Formats: sequence, structure tokens, C-alpha cells
Amino acid sequence: MTAKRQRLVLVLLALAAVAAAALLALSALKDQAAFFYAPSDVAREGLPLGRAVRLGGMVAAGSVRRAADGVTVRFTVTDGRATTPVTFAGIVPDLFRERSGVVAEGQFQPSGLFVATNLLAKHDEKYMPPEVAGAMHETKSLEQ
Amino acid sequence: MIAEAGLAALWIAAALALLQIALAALGLRRLGVAAVGGSVRAVAIVQGVTALLAMAALILLFQQSDMSVKLVAENSHSAKPWLYKVTGAWGNHEGSMLLWVTILGLAGGAVALAERRLAEPTLVATLGAQAGIALGFYAFLLFASNPFARLAEPPADGAGLNPLLQDPGLAFHPPTLYAGYVGLSVAFSFAVGALVTRDVGRDFASAMRPWVLGAWIFLTLGITAGSYWAYYELGWGGWWFWDPVENASLMPWLAATALLHSVTVLATRDGLRAWTVMLAVVAFSMSMLGTFLVRSGILTSVHAFAVDPRRGAFILVLLALYIGGALALFGLRIGTVRQGRIFDPVSREGGLVANNLLLSVILGVVLIGTLYPIVAAGFGVQLSVGPPFFNKAAGPIALALIVLMAIGPLLRWRRDEAGLLPERLMVPVAVSGGAFALLVVFAMPIGVLPLLGLSLAAGLAVASVLPLVRRNLRRTPLFVWGMVVAHLGIGVSLAGMACDAAFTSERLVALLPGEATRVGPFRVTLDGIAPVVDENWSALQAQLTAERDGAVLRLRPQSRTFTDPPTTTSESAIATRLDGQLYTVLGKPDGQGRWQLRLWWKPFVTLIWLGGALVALGGALALAGRLVRRRREAMA
Repeated sequence: MTAKRQRLVLVLLALAAVAAAALLALSALKDQAAFFYAPSDVAREGLPLGRAVRLGGMVAAGSVRRAADGVTVRFTVTDGRATTPVTFAGIVPDLFRERSGVVAEGQFQPSGLFVATNLLAKHDEKYMPPEVAGAMHETKSLEQ
Repeated sequence: MIAEAGLAALWIAAALALLQIALAALGLRRLGVAAVGGSVRAVAIVQGVTALLAMAALILLFQQSDMSVKLVAENSHSAKPWLYKVTGAWGNHEGSMLLWVTILGLAGGAVALAERRLAEPTLVATLGAQAGIALGFYAFLLFASNPFARLAEPPADGAGLNPLLQDPGLAFHPPTLYAGYVGLSVAFSFAVGALVTRDVGRDFASAMRPWVLGAWIFLTLGITAGSYWAYYELGWGGWWFWDPVENASLMPWLAATALLHSVTVLATRDGLRAWTVMLAVVAFSMSMLGTFLVRSGILTSVHAFAVDPRRGAFILVLLALYIGGALALFGLRIGTVRQGRIFDPVSREGGLVANNLLLSVILGVVLIGTLYPIVAAGFGVQLSVGPPFFNKAAGPIALALIVLMAIGPLLRWRRDEAGLLPERLMVPVAVSGGAFALLVVFAMPIGVLPLLGLSLAAGLAVASVLPLVRRNLRRTPLFVWGMVVAHLGIGVSLAGMACDAAFTSERLVALLPGEATRVGPFRVTLDGIAPVVDENWSALQAQLTAERDGAVLRLRPQSRTFTDPPTTTSESAIATRLDGQLYTVLGKPDGQGRWQLRLWWKPFVTLIWLGGALVALGGALALAGRLVRRRREAMA
């Protein structure tokens, strides 16, 4: 094998590796990416069952209820047009409160209840998940 | 006065960088390098020192709590502990970019001061390229992120530093990571320099290798420290979240790891020339991309300080300029890079090529997963890509890489016999198989990845010390020790990850004071809740007693309320034992006198960071070995 030949083989291997990475990534992305939904998206498009979802919006005023076990909360997420019931077992983030933005990660149940495995609340003025900012912006414009 | 001096230092440093480029270009084109070499070196050193002065000025301003400076007023508070006034200087966008360019300037100065191995023209071209990178970042600071801007009406007191950043971790994590990012800029400049002077070869590789090693050590430390910081500070019990910014530090590390191995092939066997140059470009591109992702605020992350599209655009333009320029140069000059020496597929070189290919595939997967949300957002689709994707797509390749890592170091350079491998690999394969069998019999059900991970970690640990067998240990060079320790570290870290995934027990409860619960082998009692206060926060503190086999541990997780800015954070309490960590977080009161507690027992989780430290130590040994040998050669 000549040096030139070897280089050609290496280049082909590198290209194959890149192609493999792309194929692998794209096929995994198909079923693993978590799409962002606002409650009105769910109302319009139906429940995205069987896949990870990020649900974003505002925690509706007066909607937070604690279950008897002391660790489960139920609340409603709203974007001004539609609402989604959410349940979450865990320690809610410190900035989780009614009338403020939230992103819930989890899955929908066929009943329409969203079971969150993780909650992200607005951190501070300098940190706001862009999706929430988007959803909030729409809500604000509706309130006016 | 200090702010103006700092700003002046920045302008002077920028002018010096421009001068450095001009001198280098002039030397290479007209005057000859002999005429400019000395002055280019001198300018590079002075430029680094000037940048350091600007950084020192900013730290001084934070130290004095000079609220007339906008950055200080927005990010500091006079009532903050001393340490956080210093580290607060880079706990914000402008300050962290200044730290970036300071390290960049100092790295350039260090190259000018210490690099004797590189041919003079290549060195001049390298310093020119390094100044080109620095100039872009000086411009970014001066025109889009001035850290020294004054306020017309200074507030009485500042807005304060994000409480999550009020942690000793901030003193260590960003500077180490930046040193790693910026170290890769040196490798990039070396590659550009060598392309300009058509000097890609063994000398170039052995000159570049210590810089790549150094950058890689810092990246390893920065990632390890960042992971532990996130683990205890966020209170989520996880040590890696596949957060875009974590990926932004992982991608340069993957590229640097590949580069580290390919540069060894080039320095030792004079092979993989074009590939090594390409990797140097890719590695720094990943650093720049990381900086862009973090600083533009384009991605949701705890690291996103502020969302300012102009800044993102500026960095994106710099990124395009440097990477585009380097790739264009690569395309133009690669024809002049002679082919390296050939080698057998079954050889140390072959193993290292496979290592590079697998690392590249992982890098590609992580890159696609990280950028996909941005691309999708461009099409109006909002989505996020999280752990399920990365674990599924990158996990299996990583395990393949582990297998290769066990085999590669046992191969001979140039040519080896595949038939001899089974004999050499007998012990590690037996250990892996034994571990697998034990786990299947005693520990099921654990997931497939943890099962394979633990079995392979056991095999890798054994295989990684095999290169020392039947060697005179006293005469074994330091860099061989380095390789052994680093590979062992990967095995140790992998074992920790797999144990955490397989054996963690978790408990989420609401307890009345006096009540107890169980997590793993521990019985945890909530003795009471008491208020505590400190300089700039007050907290509710849970008093927990954890018992196991008569041994008693006391833990004090807190829910802290900071005054400036008013924020609440959870401070986890972690008890470290030899066989794992008990991790406790205090939640909220449930309104009926009970308190939420989240408890984890994480067997052997500490191995993750211990392994990371071992990997960095291995790098340090290898670097020391290279430097010692270089000095010896210089003396001979």
C-alpha cells in the first residue's frame, strides 16, 4: 500500500465516521427530541402521547393544590387561551409560584393530565427560558 | 481612575495585537523573520501583560465595590464576602470575556517566551495568528462588551451576584475551563503557522504537543470541577445534565482528546499530518462555538448571563472569520503537506486512528444534538434535546471506545500481529466477563448501559496497567505512566457513572420533626428545623441524623434566602463515605407542619470525579515527561 493510497483510505474512513454520526444522531433525534408545547398547542393539535414533552406557560392563579402525601402538587398551566392540568411529585423550584412562568418536562397521560418529572421556573430577571419568554409575551399581549 | 486605566490597557493591548500581526506579516513577506523575530516575541509578551493589567483593574474595581462602574453595580454588592468580590469580576458576561482574552494574551506571551523548538518562521506566523484571534476579542470587548463603562448616576449599592455563583466553585471552574479553551487557540495558531510556512511535520507536532496536553489537562479539570459544582449546588442529585453549555465544554474536550492522540502519531511516527492539522482547527472551532453558545444566550441554560443578539452576532462573525479563514488556508495548502509514513491497520497507529474516528463520531453526535434545537427554532419549531438522546446515541459509541482503549496501548507501533492479541488481552477479558457474570447473577435488574459500563470499566482498569507489566518501572518514561494513569482514570470514572446509574436509591418524603424514613442502607431522622443567618443570607436549616449499622451522620441541608439580589436557593448537604454519598435536600413546608425532604444514597458516585482527577493527573505526568525529555535533548 502506498502512502497516497493510505491517505485515501483514511479520508474515506473519516467521511464514513461523519456519515455514521449524522445518521445515528438524526435517527435518535426523531424519537428522543422533546418538543415544546403551550397549552393552546395541545388544545389545537391533540395530545402528544408516548413521547417526552416540554410544556410551558404560566402557573394559573389559585390553581396550586398540594396532595396529602406532602410532596405531590397539582396545578394548571395556562397561556391565556387554553389550560393544561399538571401533576408533579418533588420539590418545586424556589421560583415556582402562581402567575409566574414555568417549563414542565414530562409526558401526557391519555386523560390529558401532564405528569411532570422536572419543573424549571424563571430564575431571575436575567435568566428566562426563551420558550417561556415567547409564551409569556403572547399571554401579555392577550391580557392587554 | 482605575476603570479608565483598565480601558486604556485594553486599547493598548489591542493596538499591540495589531502591531504583532503587522510585524509578523511584514517579516514573513518582506523583511525576513530574522529581522522581526525578536520584536514579535517582545510585542506578544507585552500584549499579554497589558491584558493582565486590564483584568487586574477590573478585579480591583470589584474589590473596592466601585458602584460608578456599570458592571460592578449590576453584578456586585458591597455586603458580599471578599472572595466573591474577586470571583464576581468574571461571574458576568463582560468580565468573563475579559478573562478569556487575558488568558489568550498570556498564552501568546508564554509561547513567545518559552517556545524554542519551532522553526523561527513558523513561530512568527504562529504568534501572528494568535494576535489575530486576540484582536477580534479585544474588538468584541471594546465595541460590544466594555467592562469598564461608567454610570452617570452611581447607585448606593449594587444589584448583587447571582447566589448560585456565590460559591468557591466560581473561583476555579471558569478560569480552568477558559485556560483549556484558550490553550486550544495556541494549537490552532500553531496549525495556521505551520500551514503558512509549509512546515507540517514531526518538529511541529512535538512543539505543539505540550500545548495540547496543557489545554487538555485544564479542560479535564474544568469539566470535572464544573460537574461536581453542578452536582452539589443545583440540588438535583445529577452530575451531568447534557445542558448545552456542558456540551459546549465537552465538545472541545472530545476534539482535544482526539488531537492529543493524533499529534502523538505525528510526533512519534510522522503519520496523520493533514488530519492532525484539521483536528487542531476543529478543536479550537469547538472552543469558539462553546463561547458563542454560552455568551450569545441563544440556548436556555444556567450559564446564559444575558440575552443580547448583537453580542451573539459579533462572536458568530469572529467564529466564521477564524474558522473559515483556517479552513480556506487548509484547503489551499493541504496539497503541499506531504503524506506521512504508512502503517499497518493492526498497529498502534491503527488503534489511534480508530480512537480518532470514534471520538469524532461522538463529537458529531453531541454537536448535532446541541445545535438541533437552534436549527429547529429557525424553522419555527421549539424543542429540546436532553439526556435520552445523548445517552442513546453517544452511549454505545463511548462503550466501543472503552474497548478500544483497553486494546490500543497493547499494540506495537507500525505493525503488529492480530493473532497475538487474545493472549495479551486474556486477563482483562476474563475480568470483564467475571464482572458481567457477577452482576447478572447478583445485581439484576440494572439497565443495559450500566451493566456493560461496569463490566467494561473493570476490564479497562486491568488493561490500562498492562503496559507496565514486565517493564522496569524505574526506567519507564513518565509519559507512559501518564497514559496508564489517564486510561485508568477513565475506567474509574466510568465505574462511578455506572454505579450511580445502577444502584442509586432515591426517596422523596414529607416528614414531621421527629419522624424518620429510610434511603438505601440509612435510616434518616428529621430532628428539627432551625433558622440560621450569615453575612448576606438567612436560611432555614434541617437537622438530619442518618444512621447505618450504628454509625451516625449529621447533615444540615438548607433553604437559603439571599438578600442581594433577593433569591432563594437550596443548599444540599452531602455526607461522603468510602462507599458512596448520602445526598440530602430540604424542600418546602407542606402547610401542615411537615417538611419535604429529598434523599439519595449514591454508591461509589465519587469515583466519577476521582476518575476525572486521575485523568488530569495522567495528563500532568505526560506533560512533565515530555518537558523533562525536551530539556534533556536541549542539553545534549
